[in-house]
Amino acid sequence: MADNVLKVEHVTMQFGGVVAVNDLSMEVNKGEIVALIGPNGAGKTTAFNVITGVYAPTNGRVSFNGVPMIENHPQGKMKKNYLGEDPEGYPAKIVKTPDQITKLGIARTFQNIRLFKSLTVFDNVLIARHMRSKANVFSATFKVNAMEEKENREKTMELLKLVGLESSANEISSSLPYGKQRRLEIARALATQPTLLLLDEPAAGMNPQETDELSEFILQIKNQFDLTVLVIEHHMDLVMQISDRIYVLDFGKLIAQGTPEVIQNDPHVISAYLGVQDDE
Amino acid sequence: MVKKKIKLRDVILSILAAGVFCALLAYYQYDTGTSHSYAISILERSAIYAVVAVSMNLLNGFTGLFSLGQAGFMAIGAYTTGILTIPVNMRQSVYYMNGIAPWLENLHLPMIPALLLGGLFAAAAAALVGIPVLRLKSDYLAIATLGFAEIIRALLAAPMMNTITNGSFGLNNIPGFQNIFQPMAIAAVCIVLMILLINSSYGRAFKAIREDDIAAEAMGINLFRHKELAFVISSFFTGVGGGMLAIFMRSIDTKTFQVTLTYNILLIVVLGGIGSVTGSIIGSLLINGSQEWLRFLDEPTTVPVLSSLFKPGFRMVIYSILLMVVVLFWRRGIMGTNEFTWDGLFGLFRRKKKTKKAGGEA
Amino acid sequence: MSASTLAQHFLTGISLGGAYALIAIGYTMVYGILRLINFAHGDLFMMSGYFMIFAMASFPWFIALPVTLIGTVILGVVIEKAAYAPLRSAPRMSIMISAIGVSYLLQNLATYLFTALPKTYPEISFLKKIYKFGDLSASLVTLITPVLTIVLVFLLMQLIGHTKLGMAMRAVSKDTEASRLMGIKVNTTISMTFVIGSLLAGVGSVLYFTDRMTVYPYSGSLPGLKCFVAAVLGGIGSIPGAVIGGFLIGIVETLMVAFGYSTFSDAFTFLLLIIILLVRPTGLFGEAATDKV
Repeated sequence: MADNVLKVEHVTMQFGGVVAVNDLSMEVNKGEIVALIGPNGAGKTTAFNVITGVYAPTNGRVSFNGVPMIENHPQGKMKKNYLGEDPEGYPAKIVKTPDQITKLGIARTFQNIRLFKSLTVFDNVLIARHMRSKANVFSATFKVNAMEEKENREKTMELLKLVGLESSANEISSSLPYGKQRRLEIARALATQPTLLLLDEPAAGMNPQETDELSEFILQIKNQFDLTVLVIEHHMDLVMQISDRIYVLDFGKLIAQGTPEVIQNDPHVISAYLGVQDDE
Repeated sequence: MVKKKIKLRDVILSILAAGVFCALLAYYQYDTGTSHSYAISILERSAIYAVVAVSMNLLNGFTGLFSLGQAGFMAIGAYTTGILTIPVNMRQSVYYMNGIAPWLENLHLPMIPALLLGGLFAAAAAALVGIPVLRLKSDYLAIATLGFAEIIRALLAAPMMNTITNGSFGLNNIPGFQNIFQPMAIAAVCIVLMILLINSSYGRAFKAIREDDIAAEAMGINLFRHKELAFVISSFFTGVGGGMLAIFMRSIDTKTFQVTLTYNILLIVVLGGIGSVTGSIIGSLLINGSQEWLRFLDEPTTVPVLSSLFKPGFRMVIYSILLMVVVLFWRRGIMGTNEFTWDGLFGLFRRKKKTKKAGGEA
Repeated sequence: MSASTLAQHFLTGISLGGAYALIAIGYTMVYGILRLINFAHGDLFMMSGYFMIFAMASFPWFIALPVTLIGTVILGVVIEKAAYAPLRSAPRMSIMISAIGVSYLLQNLATYLFTALPKTYPEISFLKKIYKFGDLSASLVTLITPVLTIVLVFLLMQLIGHTKLGMAMRAVSKDTEASRLMGIKVNTTISMTFVIGSLLAGVGSVLYFTDRMTVYPYSGSLPGLKCFVAAVLGGIGSIPGAVIGGFLIGIVETLMVAFGYSTFSDAFTFLLLIIILLVRPTGLFGEAATDKV
């Protein structure tokens, strides 16, 4: 399947006795916006952390553009559980580190906002360009790469304009209000030139109007940068508005998947998730 | 930060300040009427410590790696430089107890290449040490690097190294600096190189790691590669600084490079502000200057109350209390994470004037 | 080297190890509770040596001993209150620099007050009495040290395992914030940890210096670092681990000196540290570190 940008197969993530993600399989196709939803503690962020290489999964495989980038399986007796395939063809462990995964073209934002707090807004975005730089430490020190540096600065400014932060460029990032910090994180993720963007609760703490703006913004950047987007979100308005497809996790297990209409009418989802949402 | 236009005023002021400083150096160097050896030695020592302090800051302040291995890397630089610059005809007398290794007997380098080689050896040692220890987190990293510094010291003093390092006898007859300009120029070059690095995209990546290593990694920054790079580069300049110290002191032994040396440099970095290059330079000037200015604390006095206080060692007590005060009450140090700017300096004066005015009116 | 010489060195090693073990406990407890390498702990041990010198100058040993221990405990708690408590919420680097600062201060203070020259450690005559077993001879202190260490550790384990204070210590080391919410007096608990750590360092100091016979301002710094290594070797946070680590390092060091590698005995300790950190960062007993304090 060539148009699978991201393919997650049978991923299980265990922390001691706790199974945070249980046999999760999902696909994200090129140009889609896919949402991963579920109640708190359902394992959504853990799934993100596996996809971005922060945790090596206990079992399972994650492929990007058809190439496996993370693969791990339990040893010994548990071998049989692997993918349900022939245990003889047991594949080697592949664990790409988060930086390698970012280099492949997957960028992310964090649920609890992880900006470079004491650096300026501008530097936060500029740092994300470092990885694509061809300069080595000598050429960078002696400014041989001045052209590249200039281009990076221009690109950074463009991105800041895009998220409406150009006037705050010289402010210290931790001094920004919450909503702007979230936008800065998106700008920073875009600066790594991704093809797949993972957003972890981008609308957390936003009011309905801000959430609407964010929906539009996500659609806008998706088109402008030709992105595929996987988003974790609690705001159902946003999810229903922008998603092509939705996966629903509960207690680490996938309980439903499908288009927004399907999900809205799925009895499992309603009992596990949407019912609870109304009470909040 | 977004690039700011460099102001003409600042350029002129900087050139003027540099000119005045050079003139002062020239005065100290060529005025034979009075002896300026005190001032010269303070300035030279400050320059050397500034190099090491800035390189420590590069690690601790800019990359967030708390390393305490400075004394060890300085020792490597110092021994390399010392061994290679001792004049060939002096070597028999320096190594009279143990003899000198035959391959080393006629191996001699001028000062600058010897310093470079000292830095390179220190960097090579750091590259090896870094592979295992940079995986460790904060305090474990500190204790492991401190441990490595002690291992390096033990190796230099080891009996089987006698014909190379002269074992516990140390080295002497190392030719000193010919004039005050030499150490100043070398220190300036080192510090400027580090500033350029800090302001490059690699420097920004280092800061990102300091701020949040998980986010830095998510931005595609290879943590190990960048930590190793910062560690190796910092150790290179620490090695050069050690070599300069050997030239300055003219005789060294492994006792020079005990943990206390690292602590002294840490004091400079903390006082100047962790994360500020100019802070480290100012810190180095203050600490080394006060070594001399506060010498009276170590000497007997006739002032009644103080007479029982002033005796050898009191100065160091004051330093340690100073370090504690800075850590506890003034964690930013002199400069915090800011750098010296002319704007900042003028701003300081203006603010003072304003407060004076306000005070006068009130 | 004959068997009896070897046994003799072994005995010396066990004795040194006992003193190391007592100091290592202080490191491991403080690390367990504050996640701080208390760089000043070794210097506290050195200061305790000086206290004993001055106490013995004016009192008989049975008064001097408690005076020394009390002095050491007071100093330990003062260090905690003055240098660590104000930095509870500060970045870890600051509190570590503060610990280094205290170490630097104590060393310089000792140099200033007592000069850098080694001072003779007072002899408690019955401790130095020599006992002979065939070819082996050992002073009483050599024999007492390991026994006393084991007894003290046993008492400490009882305290941690079966008292309210011990429970509070375990809780604070697991999660300071949650402990505070559960009504545990975090600051008192931390102070008590320093009291215990300092008391053991005081006992260790008497045993160590009675054997070494002199004290100088830097005599705490290297043994201190070695005891920290002992704590890491045993698995930081684990008290039995620290004890076993202390004994191991004491024995290995004595044997290295005996075999003529004294130049490397210090370096070896650090090499050991680095190897442990790389191969098994949790130390020998790290896995059973559920009883972390």
